[in-house]
Amino acid sequence: MTMTELAVASHRRRLVDKTLYAGNARSVMWRGWRVASRTHYGIMISGFFEPVFYLLSLGIGLGGLVGVVAAPDGREIPYAAFIAPALLATSAMNGAIYDSTWNVFFKLNYSKLYDGMLATRLGPLDVALGEIGIALARGAVYAGGFMIVMTVLGLNMSWWALAALPATVLIAFGFASLGMAVTSYMKTFQQMDWINFVLLPMFLLSATFYPLSVYPQLVQWFIQAMPLWHAVELVRSLTTGVVHLGLLWHVLYFTVLSVIGIRFTTARLRALFLT
Amino acid sequence: MSGSDLQHETGLQRQGGSPGQGTATVPTAQLAGLTLEDLRNRALRGGAKPRRYGTWYVAACKFRHQRTYIHTIIWTAIGTPLLYLMAMGLGLGSLVSANMGDEGISGVSYLVFVAPALLVTAAVSVGSEEMTYTILGGFKWNPIYFAMNAAPLAPVQIINGVVISVIARLTFVTTIYYGALLAFGASPSAWGWLTIPIGVLTSLGFNSLIMAYSASIEQDSGQIAMIMRFLVMPLTLFSGTFYPLETMPGYLQPIGWLSPLWHGAQLARSATYGLDESGLLIAGRIAYLVVLTAVGWIWAHRIAARRLNR
Amino acid sequence: MLRATDLVKTYGEKCAVDGIDFEVPAGESFGLLGPNGAGKSTTMRMVGAVSTRTSGELEILGLDPNDYGPEIRSQLGVVPQADNLDVDLRVRDNLLVYGRYFGLDRKIVARRADELLEFAQLSDRKTARVDDLSGGMKRRLTIARALINEPAMLLLDEPTTGLDPQARHILWDRLFQLKERGITLILTTHYMDEAEQLCDRLIVVDEGKIMAEGSPANLIRQYSSREVLEVRFGTEHNANAAKRLEGLGDRMELLPDRILIYAPDGETVLNQVIATGLEPITSLVRRSSLEDVFLRLTGRSLIE
Repeated sequence: MTMTELAVASHRRRLVDKTLYAGNARSVMWRGWRVASRTHYGIMISGFFEPVFYLLSLGIGLGGLVGVVAAPDGREIPYAAFIAPALLATSAMNGAIYDSTWNVFFKLNYSKLYDGMLATRLGPLDVALGEIGIALARGAVYAGGFMIVMTVLGLNMSWWALAALPATVLIAFGFASLGMAVTSYMKTFQQMDWINFVLLPMFLLSATFYPLSVYPQLVQWFIQAMPLWHAVELVRSLTTGVVHLGLLWHVLYFTVLSVIGIRFTTARLRALFLT
Repeated sequence: MSGSDLQHETGLQRQGGSPGQGTATVPTAQLAGLTLEDLRNRALRGGAKPRRYGTWYVAACKFRHQRTYIHTIIWTAIGTPLLYLMAMGLGLGSLVSANMGDEGISGVSYLVFVAPALLVTAAVSVGSEEMTYTILGGFKWNPIYFAMNAAPLAPVQIINGVVISVIARLTFVTTIYYGALLAFGASPSAWGWLTIPIGVLTSLGFNSLIMAYSASIEQDSGQIAMIMRFLVMPLTLFSGTFYPLETMPGYLQPIGWLSPLWHGAQLARSATYGLDESGLLIAGRIAYLVVLTAVGWIWAHRIAARRLNR
Repeated sequence: MLRATDLVKTYGEKCAVDGIDFEVPAGESFGLLGPNGAGKSTTMRMVGAVSTRTSGELEILGLDPNDYGPEIRSQLGVVPQADNLDVDLRVRDNLLVYGRYFGLDRKIVARRADELLEFAQLSDRKTARVDDLSGGMKRRLTIARALINEPAMLLLDEPTTGLDPQARHILWDRLFQLKERGITLILTTHYMDEAEQLCDRLIVVDEGKIMAEGSPANLIRQYSSREVLEVRFGTEHNANAAKRLEGLGDRMELLPDRILIYAPDGETVLNQVIATGLEPITSLVRRSSLEDVFLRLTGRSLIE
């Protein structure tokens, strides 16, 4: 280790408690990558196909019935261009939630993976960031694939669509950190079922398939408090090219969500394993 | 020992020991003194009830399992129809009406068009849940089928008992769903209740083959997840559920023709709003679903018999 | 009670059980001893009337399992090698549900379940989850479950494999009590001490064939000497030492880590060894066991 590295390392240690963070989330991610690379390739690519199936079925078939809908700025756009960004945001959510809930739940309660990890120099924050990191990496690949499909189908209507990729990563980060925090409180499979009870309504109701305007005002406010609505709005604005400063509110929403989620997760992992 | 000496159905005198010195009585029949002939007769009597009612013993066990997640069963049964009818029927329906008029889909509103198909889809997805992981699990993670088979139950009875428990849950789910259809005014015809058996039959037609396959999985490397993602999910999306099959490009329509879900959805539409179909076509759809169910079911019997008889 | 004649089971090309004969009278405790893959478990499944034999004759309780599977199984208690308790159900519910598989009356099953939980020392765990039980507790619950139908014959496939010594002794005690009640026990094991403790009579099985048959004491007398001397000279020196020790005792076995010398009197042989000028690192004189019988019969150790 060179002098500068030492200096940086000791500086880092002063910043965060080293029992909390050993600065080695990479190794947790690397393990995740080793596991993923041995998983059945079909499972891996299915994560890409799911939103594509939805897009083809609903965009093409249902599009014929719905015709055109209003973009965020009031322009009329094809139905497929309306739901594609929503499906992108939803798949970012689903991937992140799956990786951070079922996967983490299993490792916490059955494979006891984290006991092993935390017995080394790794701290709970390494584990949390590493697990979320690998989930994000996978999600980003899927999102990239979906963006290509959208482009081929002519559903990306602006160069701003490129910004949708980092946006999905931020969205996934928010959902993953929240999901992990919630999972750390779960004890049984039955409790895990409740996650679906939250996800499905959010998926169906968050302006994914039709504009928010069909709801009464009160319901609109409620939906607008949900994270998926912010995700859909953000991505949809970017892919349809309706960019304005107001989008930063969505970014802020997910940044706050991520920070809170990570804090909770770290605190819980510490309480579960290090006390 | 003659027959009249035998007590209750085990036919044996129990010895009432005292649980002195902290040791428990050995809770078994006193066997000493029985001849082979006695034991043989005891066996012949012992096999009678399991042979006759074994299927129901298995079903009873599965009902107990279902009781451990009864909250999930009830809340998904109630929540799913409310959510889908609201989001798809009303929410999406408002977009469709704006474009096609209030009775734009072959003379009915989008809600009435989509509702019966949603009911059938819900039955199919509940069936997929109960007839895949549950079956594989019974051979693998929680190998109760081997335990049942070591008791006097036969493979055929095990599969049938499981299917009965699935039918029970499906009936519950579709009945609640039909109630929701009525509440949303989505079933104008008096024959709408037929969606209950139609939903159950479609789910069996769809899932019986999958059940047989699940029973055959020895090494779990995610095959069921693959089936869910590359078979169940796409079929749900491309089976004329959310829009008439004819709306899809011609080259995709054969997916629908093969899909039991499409046939079930069309049958359900005939029941709820009198979709105009000939009697022959309706009979054909029913026959298709029955054949699929029978083939999968019988195949599952064979696989279970082979797997349990090692 | 149980009679097998030229019993054969093949899986494709592989012959798991290759023509074995045995007969077990009622009330006997009968063991199948052999290494992993010897065909013990396959034999047990055929005796349990869940696996169809390829050829030969098999009669259980005077009935042919091919025709009377459910009847025979109604009189058996089966404790499989890997516990297959129903983990979705609680401890007591496991017994209740299993009892119903036999078509037994609910009330009778409920009463027996409580007695059996007492017998298995699990009364205070009635409502526990199966997954929360220790390995020994799960085994005892499995045995309790196997007794719910008051079986005439109990089949135990490697009943104590994977248990700690204390748990094994509790289990042996329970099995011994059952034996005293006249239940016929059929068990497989690759533990010598277990076979010696529990079996009246046993067959030694290897590669699907019976190598020897008799009571543990008789087998030891027939195939081994009264005592065994174990000496170690270190992994690299054992072979050379064995050459110099040839002729001592009745018989000698050279194993990778030690040399076994069979003799009626181990101490005398040990003195002879020392007299040759060799200095063993460790030496041990012990009574002959079934392990030695097996080694003699097959030239291999039981646990490898």
